[in-house]
Amino acid sequence: MKPYAWSLGFAFILLGPVVGALLAGIDRRLTARMQARKGPPILQPVYDVLKLFEKDTLVVTPLQTLYLWGFLFFMVVSGFILFLGSDLLLSLFALTVSGIFLCLAAYATNSPFSNIGSSRELMLMMAYEPMLILVPLGFFLVTDSFRVSDIVSGSPWQVIQLAGILIGFLFMLTIKLRKSPFDLSSSHHGHQELVKGITTDLSGSDLAIVEIGHWYENSILLGWLYLFFAPWGPWIALPITVVLFFAEVLVDNTNARLTWSSTLKASWLVTVVFGVTNLALLPFIS
Amino acid sequence: MSFLKKSPWVLHYAATSCNGCDIELLACLTPLYDVERFGIVNTGNPKHADIFLVTGSVNEESRKVVENLYAQMPDPKVVVAIGACALSGGIFKDAYNVYGGIDKVIPVDVYVPGCAARPESIIDGVVQALDILEQRAKDRKRQRKMVAV
Repeated sequence: MKPYAWSLGFAFILLGPVVGALLAGIDRRLTARMQARKGPPILQPVYDVLKLFEKDTLVVTPLQTLYLWGFLFFMVVSGFILFLGSDLLLSLFALTVSGIFLCLAAYATNSPFSNIGSSRELMLMMAYEPMLILVPLGFFLVTDSFRVSDIVSGSPWQVIQLAGILIGFLFMLTIKLRKSPFDLSSSHHGHQELVKGITTDLSGSDLAIVEIGHWYENSILLGWLYLFFAPWGPWIALPITVVLFFAEVLVDNTNARLTWSSTLKASWLVTVVFGVTNLALLPFIS
Repeated sequence: MSFLKKSPWVLHYAATSCNGCDIELLACLTPLYDVERFGIVNTGNPKHADIFLVTGSVNEESRKVVENLYAQMPDPKVVVAIGACALSGGIFKDAYNVYGGIDKVIPVDVYVPGCAARPESIIDGVVQALDILEQRAKDRKRQRKMVAV
């Protein structure tokens, strides 16, 4: 392994949350501007987390903290593998394990709100997981490798060949980022029927761990999106990635929340129509 | 400098309010006043809240809820009573089922008068509560150190 790859991996561990926090801050500012408000400072998510460390942590069960560290650990592992230029499938599996840990933490607390939240989160995982699996599969069929470093130095035409998978991935990105219309399990705003979903019973430093995990997740998802455009070089790929990422804010602000059943139907329909069709057509267009 | 001042999350509960103060309180979140620019977020969850905003007077039904919500909020926390009813019971003071102001059941730190309280005065009340919150945070930090030793 080249020292360059290692440095990128360790840069993720250090700078991943910084980039993720800035993305979250810009997200909140953009949301506010779309609602004709001034909005909080860009660093607001950082202030929030630093504040949470000043608060007391109410421990419902000691297990919750263990599970949350599991969530954070596997999130970091997933991103580390990705930015190391290693196996994309492995990165995806680590991301899934991390999501499961968050559900476990919510199930461990006895609040009915967080239990419903994690049930819905599991349902959402069922919704987005098939499409997310298709992403590494598509890259494999185009570049003959699951390795991120090979995908980055792949054919510049890969985004055209994988257009359907890109559309499907953008759809699932809305779910992963907990944006409307798919913010069923938990969201940045208080829910009328679900309070705060998964994080209802988490407070203080426990909630801070969740937030930091989400910052890492933001960077990872941005990295995944970047992979589609990566062969064009960072100067073209990065702006496209960031614009697509923030297009999710527009989707968030213009959609009402769906029920879990329509979410499942819609996401599987997208998976079949865009993802599977793209895979089936791939032999003819490569 | 405490970060509590930069990101106070509020919990709003209408004890037995006529909803006049609640409307004014929610007006603070609208584009005109937009308190989110100070990092103030309206959480519906006591476990995430730093400031407890209560409107309306207290009766037996709402007493349980007010006490429960207050108990569920992690320290450091402050309570702001909003509107004439929350201060003393207001025009409902003599009603047979009304206990009186919020301070009959939980300790109140800031009183915001008005019927209904104006958004400007509510924001002013929250800003005053922030100083108390910062002091509490310092005290709490010292307590934690003493426990650790």
